[in-house]
Amino acid sequence: MSPSVPLQEMIRAIRSARTQCEERGVIQRECAAIRAQFRQADNGGRSHNLAKLLYVHMLGYPAHFGQMECVRMIASPRYSEKRVGYLGAMMLLDEKQDASLLITNSIKNDLSHSNQYVQSLALCTLACMGSAEMCRDLAPEIDRLLRASNSYIKKKAALCAVHIVRKVHDLGELFAPAARSLLAEKNHGVLHGAVVLIIELCERNPETLERFRKTVPDLVQIMKGLVLSGYSPEHDVAGISDPFLQVRILRLLRILGHNNEGASDAMNDLLAQVATNTDSTKTVGNAVLYETVLTVLDIKSESGLRVLAVNILGRFLLNNDRNIRYIAMTSLQKIVGTDHNAVQRHRGTIVDCLKDQDASVKRRALELSLALVSASNIRSMMKELLLFLSSCPAELKAHSTSGIFNAAERYAPSQRWHIDTILHVLTTAGGDVRDETVPNLIQLITNASELHCYTVHKLYRALLTDISTQSLVQVACWCIGEYGDLLLRGECQETEPVQVTEDDVLDALETVLQSHMSSPATRGFALTATMKLSTRITENVDRIRSIVSIYGSCIDVELQQRAVEYNALFKKYDHMRAAVLERMPVIEKNSPGHTNGESMGDAIKDIQPAKMKQGEPLLALQPANQVCDLLDLLGGSEETLQPSPATGPAVPGLLINTASTAGGDLLDLLGGLEPALLAPAPTVPVYENEGVTLTLSCEKQSDTGLTVTLTASNSTDSDISSFTLQAAVPKSVQLHMKAPSGDSLPARGTAKVTQMVVLNNPNKVNLKMRVRISYSSQGSAFQDTVQIDSFPGLNAAGH
Amino acid sequence: MHFLLLFSRQGKLRLQKWFTPVTDREKKKVIRDMTMLVLARQPRSCNFLHWRDLKIVYKRYASLYFCTGLGNEDNELLSLEVLHRYVELLDKYFGNVCELDIIFNFEKAYFILDEFLMEGEVLETSKVAVSVSMEESDTLQETMEEYMSKPAY
Repeated sequence: MSPSVPLQEMIRAIRSARTQCEERGVIQRECAAIRAQFRQADNGGRSHNLAKLLYVHMLGYPAHFGQMECVRMIASPRYSEKRVGYLGAMMLLDEKQDASLLITNSIKNDLSHSNQYVQSLALCTLACMGSAEMCRDLAPEIDRLLRASNSYIKKKAALCAVHIVRKVHDLGELFAPAARSLLAEKNHGVLHGAVVLIIELCERNPETLERFRKTVPDLVQIMKGLVLSGYSPEHDVAGISDPFLQVRILRLLRILGHNNEGASDAMNDLLAQVATNTDSTKTVGNAVLYETVLTVLDIKSESGLRVLAVNILGRFLLNNDRNIRYIAMTSLQKIVGTDHNAVQRHRGTIVDCLKDQDASVKRRALELSLALVSASNIRSMMKELLLFLSSCPAELKAHSTSGIFNAAERYAPSQRWHIDTILHVLTTAGGDVRDETVPNLIQLITNASELHCYTVHKLYRALLTDISTQSLVQVACWCIGEYGDLLLRGECQETEPVQVTEDDVLDALETVLQSHMSSPATRGFALTATMKLSTRITENVDRIRSIVSIYGSCIDVELQQRAVEYNALFKKYDHMRAAVLERMPVIEKNSPGHTNGESMGDAIKDIQPAKMKQGEPLLALQPANQVCDLLDLLGGSEETLQPSPATGPAVPGLLINTASTAGGDLLDLLGGLEPALLAPAPTVPVYENEGVTLTLSCEKQSDTGLTVTLTASNSTDSDISSFTLQAAVPKSVQLHMKAPSGDSLPARGTAKVTQMVVLNNPNKVNLKMRVRISYSSQGSAFQDTVQIDSFPGLNAAGH
Repeated sequence: MHFLLLFSRQGKLRLQKWFTPVTDREKKKVIRDMTMLVLARQPRSCNFLHWRDLKIVYKRYASLYFCTGLGNEDNELLSLEVLHRYVELLDKYFGNVCELDIIFNFEKAYFILDEFLMEGEVLETSKVAVSVSMEESDTLQETMEEYMSKPAY
């Protein structure tokens, strides 16, 4: 190999530059020289110049003036120039550049070149930056090469075909027959390429998948050959014969065996053999085992094999190598929903991984631990999780807190435990909790009436120690305001009694009010709490009056408004004060006082005049109950419907609990459980038959206007095409159907079709809609009609 | 595999191979992010990271970091083997390879990579076959060059 001297000299010159400025100077000079050289006629040094330019490009400097030179070099008859030219094309040209089209012809010619190394350059470049057009042009050439050439070219053509299929999906059909025949080759490179190509074809087209199922016995045969063969020096890696090919074949088997009993049976023995015989002392053996486990868990394997797979994962968990533990946890995460008990057995090890030094391992352990929390282990798990929280890396804190809250919410053994846990989290990581935590905690506290005394004592003590954590301070202020009388009474069964005077309490609240660490919302809490105390304490009411009047001239507008209102309560409306500030009613979940995602400041303003608005929310609740009843009639709804009204502008947006917003990802992990919905507009299933489901959700646009969204999905194993919906409504209602999102429903619910229908009901008649569904599946046509008499979110009269 | 990057301990890029179409701007961003993420890792930590929706696998060999981004379906442990195989191929070709070899002969590093990987997948699983292809291509190149530098009589 002869290195390019001019190139190396330039590199040396650049590297010896001592400052960035000097380097830029050198490069500018070199680029000028290169540009000049490009303009000259052929001088035998072209490849060196282009190589220099590519080096400069790698350092991050602009090099687009070299694009045309690449095109010229590729067309050159000299191999050295072609080689650098094609390299330049791969580095400087991408499919968006116009120049890339110019090399299509060169590639086409080179694909039929007599020298295989020239052919391979063309194949490589096409696979690297071939645009859809180029791929379409050259696909027949590639197919020809797949069938009739030597192994060196065949393996490259196979991966080039993979690129083409990824770019232009329809061309998959073209390569299927050739791919099939390549499986009979002996050359490992060609086999590997063939398997990759078949995987690509099967993933894109279910019909192709069906056809390739017949190859399972052949694949099993090849795999057996690899596993049982003796030492082959060419392909051996630490005792495993061609692990790359083995892993690929396992992946293809996974795809072919998924959801298919016959194929899964055919590969059962092989998988058991690989799982037991593969040496797991080195990474390469574990890579094969890992792929085997993934395959076993994804096909319809026998229970014995499945147990074997989970045990392998259990062994991985105990491995010293961090990478292996990480992999084990990632895999266990995938099956924690389906094989929950099997994963539970390894809970101890997983919890230990929470203490690992490595951030990646910690993250995995956290996810998995949260998924493993259950009613029986909640106490011990929570201890571990809280311990983890105190030493947890910053990027995981928010996730941990929301996970812990979720778990506490679902499985709290007692209210006191629940409150203690939340308080613990707030003291350790209060800065990283979601906004909804504060209203949620308050709601929880109001519900635990026996614990009011205990709670307020605990919070008071927490407030005395530290007022920097806003969420904790807000809850503490609220409680002191509400239950200040219990605090002052001094006795409490659950905690040690402590003498608290009225001055102490007011001191604490005033500290919060005046501290620069308190956010405006927190100060709002503190001011309101101070005001509430005026009805709960006896001696220091004047002090409260003075605090309130001082804040009447506060710069913060919110505080000023509150102070002025409270002042008014003291003066003109003193007779109402006791009534206004009396004990809050117990806050129900989904009640108007319970908000999510809005700052507590607003919520307080809503709570206080809540009494006046009681009437309205009650009305809105009625239709929701009616809809619930209707759902019972319709039976077997798959989605849980929240019994909360979605309409009504006066009522703030209502959601069930933190689980939906904070734990979104967790719910996917917890699997098998009803998905808590985030949608403010409830979705109602209106039709289900033969695996086709139609759900409906609607949104009021105006007094008479309504937008209905129909969503269709297909849970059968075969695709549905020509899916159309037609709708009819009563005479006075105007209907406008928008274009549907598509007309095909792929199998197993991988994608849905949505159709929006805009309705206008000016006469406010009873709204009904008849929907006709037509589609074709597996060659035959289906048609069905469903009548929708009620729409979620509207009351029975349809307004 | 979505991309393969080689960079030094100081964050200087030595090789970049992109297996999916990516804009120049995006490339720069990925390179910046990868260097930041990987260089910040402690020694003896796990070789796997999560970044956006990709799995990142990296391995340090002497003064160079080999970093690759994988899709969801790819086997992380196997990609460690892929990185190792590439290093072995470089080592065989250059004879006790070091970072300087890759700097001064970067185009050769690319040629070797193109004999080993294509479209983000392993192209040739046999070390011997890759070495043979490289030797033969180099010979072809040399004979052509020799041919060119012979004076025309």
